[in-house]
Amino acid sequence: MSTHFSSRTPKTRDSLSLSRLLGILRIDNNLLRLLVITVAIFVVMSLLRPHPFLTLRNFRSMSYQFPELGILSIAMMLAMLTGGIDLSVVGTANLAGILAAKLLTTLSPEAAGGHIALLILGAIFVALGIGILCGIFNGFLVAKIGIPPILATLGTMQLYTGIALVITKGYAVLGYLEQFLFIGNGVLWIFPVPLILFVLVAFIFAMVLSKTVFGFYLFMLGTNATAARFSGINNTLVLLKTYLLSGFLAGLAGIIVIARTNSAKADYGTSYVLQAVLVCVLGGINPSGGFGTVSGLVLAILSLQFLSSGFNMLRFSNFFKEFIWGLVLLLVMVINYLSTLYQSRRQLQKTREAIAEVSGGK
Amino acid sequence: MNGIFSRNEAFVALIILGLVLIIGSINPNFFTLGTLYDLLRSSVVMGIFGVGVLMVLVSGGTDISFTAIAAFCTYVTSRYLNSIGFEGSVLVAFLISGAIGVLLGLINAILISSFKLPTLIVTLGTGNMFRGFMLAFIGTKIVTVLPPGMIRFSRTEFFPVTTLIGGTNGLSAAVFVLLAVVPVTWYILNYTMLGRGIYAIGGDRVAAERAGLNINVIQFFIYCYVGFLAGIAGIVHSSLVRTANPFDLVGTELSVIAAVVLGGARITGGHGTILGAILGVFLVIIINNSLIMMGVPSYWQSAVIGMIIILGTSITALQSKRESRVSIVDNQ
Repeated sequence: MSTHFSSRTPKTRDSLSLSRLLGILRIDNNLLRLLVITVAIFVVMSLLRPHPFLTLRNFRSMSYQFPELGILSIAMMLAMLTGGIDLSVVGTANLAGILAAKLLTTLSPEAAGGHIALLILGAIFVALGIGILCGIFNGFLVAKIGIPPILATLGTMQLYTGIALVITKGYAVLGYLEQFLFIGNGVLWIFPVPLILFVLVAFIFAMVLSKTVFGFYLFMLGTNATAARFSGINNTLVLLKTYLLSGFLAGLAGIIVIARTNSAKADYGTSYVLQAVLVCVLGGINPSGGFGTVSGLVLAILSLQFLSSGFNMLRFSNFFKEFIWGLVLLLVMVINYLSTLYQSRRQLQKTREAIAEVSGGK
Repeated sequence: MNGIFSRNEAFVALIILGLVLIIGSINPNFFTLGTLYDLLRSSVVMGIFGVGVLMVLVSGGTDISFTAIAAFCTYVTSRYLNSIGFEGSVLVAFLISGAIGVLLGLINAILISSFKLPTLIVTLGTGNMFRGFMLAFIGTKIVTVLPPGMIRFSRTEFFPVTTLIGGTNGLSAAVFVLLAVVPVTWYILNYTMLGRGIYAIGGDRVAAERAGLNINVIQFFIYCYVGFLAGIAGIVHSSLVRTANPFDLVGTELSVIAAVVLGGARITGGHGTILGAILGVFLVIIINNSLIMMGVPSYWQSAVIGMIIILGTSITALQSKRESRVSIVDNQ
C-alpha cells in the first residue's frame, strides 16, 4: 500500500506531500528521528571503517548477534505497551532453553534414525510450552492477584532462574544434535536463521498490534485501563494474553540462544533484561503504556547493533559501548521531552492567536 | 493504614523467626554469636543500599543506578588514595567516595526533576553510563592492595569470640556504619519536613505540590542522598572483600529492590518503613547465607527468594485490593 501511494505523491507539490507520505507510512516524528539516527550511525561507521564494516561478513555476524535481544525486546515491548514491564523474560528464556536442552541431551541416543526431526520438534514444543506457562503465571499474578507488574516479574524472574538452577545444579547443559544447532547457526540462502526468525516475529507482531482486535485492546488498556474497562474490554483477559505472548517469545529466544551457543545455562544473559528495556524506550515505546511501534523497536536495535559493531572495529573498549548506550538513551529521552514541550508551547501560541483573532474581529 | 504497615513487617519478622528456628533446630551451630556476627557483616552493604532504595521507593521512584554509583565511587577513591600514597583514616575514603556519590546522584536528580523523565529509565541510562565510563576511561584492573586506612577498617572487630575451628570472630566495624545510617535516615524520613515531603510526593504528587511542597528540592535531596549512601556502601563493600573490583556490585540492584519490597515498601510510592526495609534485607541475607546450614543446597536460594517475593507481594496486593474495592481489572 505504501509504495502505491508514494509513487503518486510527487504529483502533489511542496512540503505537504512529504508530511502526507509520512502520515500514510505511519511515521511520526519520533520514528523519523530514530530513522535519521540509525542511518547517521550507519553512514558514520561506514565512512570511518569502510573495510570491515561494509562487508558481507560483518553483516552476517551482526545478524547473528541481535535477534536474541531483538525477540526479548519485543516480548518486553508487549508488557510495556500495557503499562507494565516483564523482568522475567531472560529467566523464562533460560528455563525454557534448559528444559529443551535436557530433553535433547537425555533422549538423543535412543532417538537416532528417523526420529531426529521428531525430537527436535519435541524440544521446540517444550521450550515454547514452558515459555507460555511462565507467561500465563506472570499474567495471573498481574491480572488476577493485582501485583504491580514490575514486582510480579521481579519475583518470577528469581523463581524461574531459581528453578533453572535447581534443575541444572548450576552447571551448563551441553552438546545437542547438529541438526538442532541449525536454528542458531544455520543459513538459508544468504540469511542466517536467527535473523529470519526475528524478521518473522517482528512482522507478525507488527500485524497483531496494528491489525487485530487484540492489538487494539492492548493499546486501549495501556492508554487508560479504567476507560478500557468501562468500554467493555475484559482487561484481565487482555493482560493474561499479553504476558502469555511475552512468555512465548521468551521461550523462542531461549531456543535460539541454546542452538546458537550449544549450551544452556541458568544465568545466561542476565544483562539482557535491562538492555531490552533500553531498546524499547529508545524505540519510542512509552514506559507508562499505550504508545509504541514494532518498527521503532527494530530501528532502535539496529542502531545499537551498528554502534556496537562499529565501536568494536574502531577498537574502542566494549565498555565504551555501554557508556554510549546509556548516553544515547538519555539524549533521546531529553530530546523527546524538549520537542513535546516545544510543540505544546506552539500549540498554545496558535490557540492564543486564534482567540485574539476572533475577539479582534468582534 | 497502620495495620497494614505492622502486618507487613510482622509477616517478614515471622518468616525470619520461623527460618531461624528451623535452621537452628536442624543445625544448633546456627545459634552462636559467631553466626550472628557473620550475618550482620554480610547485611551491611545490602542494608545501606536498602535504606537508599526505600527512600526512592517511598517517593514513588525507582533507582537501579545505585550499584553502578557504588562501584564507581569505591574504585575511583581506592585508586586515587593509592596514587597519592594516602595512609590516613578510612574516614577520608568515606568522605571522598560519598562526595563522588553525591555528584553522580546530582546527575540523576537533574535529569529526573528538570526533564520530568521516568526515574526507572533515567537510572537505567545513568547506571550504564557510570559503569561504562569507569570501565572505559578509568580502568578495569582490580585494586588488590587497598589504601591502608581501608585495610585497618576491615580488620577492626569488636567483642571477639572463639569460633568452632579455633579462630576468633568479632563484630566487624562495618556493622556500625549501618547502625549510623539507619537512625539518621529514619530521623530524616519521620521527623523532618523533608521526610514527610518524600512520603507526600510518593502518595500523591499533585496534592503534595498544591500543599506547597517544592518537589524539585525534595527530588534533588533524594537522589543525592542515595548517591551518598551508595558511595559509603561501596567503600564498605571493598573493605570487606579487601579488593576494589570495578566489576562488583552491578547486577545486584534488583535483589536489593526485591528485599526492600519484601519489607512492605510499595513500588507505587507513599508506603514503606526503614524497619521493614532492614527486615527484608535480613530475610534475603539469611536465605542466602544460611540455607546451606539447613542442608539445602545453595542453588535453591534464588527459587526460595522468588517464592517469598511472590507470596509477600500477593498478600500486599490482595490486601490493598480489599481496601480499595474498586479495581482496574475486572474480576468475575
